[in-house]
Amino acid sequence: MRIYDTDISVPMFLGTAQYPSPAILQQAIRASGCEVVTVSLRRETSDGTGAGFWDMLRETGARILPNTAGCHSVQEAVTTAHMARELFATDWIKLEVIGHADTLQPDVFALVEAARILTADGFKVFPYTTDDLIVGEKLLEAGCQVLMPWGAPIGSGQGLRTPDALRAMRAHFPGVPLIVDAGIGRPSDAAQAMELGMDAILLNTAVAKAGDPAGMARAMALAIEAGRMGFAADPIDRRDMAVPSTPVLGLAELL
Amino acid sequence: MQITVNAQTHEISTETLDAALAELGFTSPAIATALNGQFVPASAREATVLTAGDRLEVLAPMQGG
Repeated sequence: MRIYDTDISVPMFLGTAQYPSPAILQQAIRASGCEVVTVSLRRETSDGTGAGFWDMLRETGARILPNTAGCHSVQEAVTTAHMARELFATDWIKLEVIGHADTLQPDVFALVEAARILTADGFKVFPYTTDDLIVGEKLLEAGCQVLMPWGAPIGSGQGLRTPDALRAMRAHFPGVPLIVDAGIGRPSDAAQAMELGMDAILLNTAVAKAGDPAGMARAMALAIEAGRMGFAADPIDRRDMAVPSTPVLGLAELL
Repeated sequence: MQITVNAQTHEISTETLDAALAELGFTSPAIATALNGQFVPASAREATVLTAGDRLEVLAPMQGG
């Protein structure tokens, strides 16, 4: 997968929040084999905990994708993106502009506007969006070269609520990297998304809050790889009725 | 003068942003700043003069999804 002139061989992006400990986060990153991790920006505390976290993350060697999580307006998101670019020394930004506090649904109108401002300013925007095709088109027009549709609300673990809409996105945007961001709960959800032709999965809660985060990270990585191979191998179509797989020709008459 | 730093009111005796950060104890290199909602690059902190009532945000890397 190639995103913004960067080759990414492992189609899994891992969030860094909610792990039981920094050590377990590191184990999960290693177990998943992922090359990209997401991070955030929050108010610095007097004990400087931010620097320690940043040092630990750099040790993993993973590429950093900062987010604008929690931003509800264009200005908040744009300002946060600029702060992230300086702090993390990357022009990648996972752009979230949240429209609703309960569902954490993206405000797609503000998202498109923020994406336009940021791409004009040299950012490489990864927009967290819905599965709406027209919004996807507007984001591409705004300069995005990747789309990140939700599978289900953030942290819900519901899996893919609208697989048909994701299938339509795949068909509508054949050359555009599509990353399912949010809603994955189990490895089978991740495999399903990849079988639909998604290019990668971004997940956090499903790994971080699992009983064994490193074990779940590995399971997700395997499921994602299985789903990717399954899509590439062109699965059969579903049928309503049974079709015998053993040849009927040459069947003995034994009555 | 009084300014608001990460939603807390602080009395500071310095006038520029970089001096205020030092006075407030923000010594980590891993911070980014915004003044009244606008990003202030590290290179511009020395030349950024604060006024009473300013809202300063000092952010650091944090876990995120």
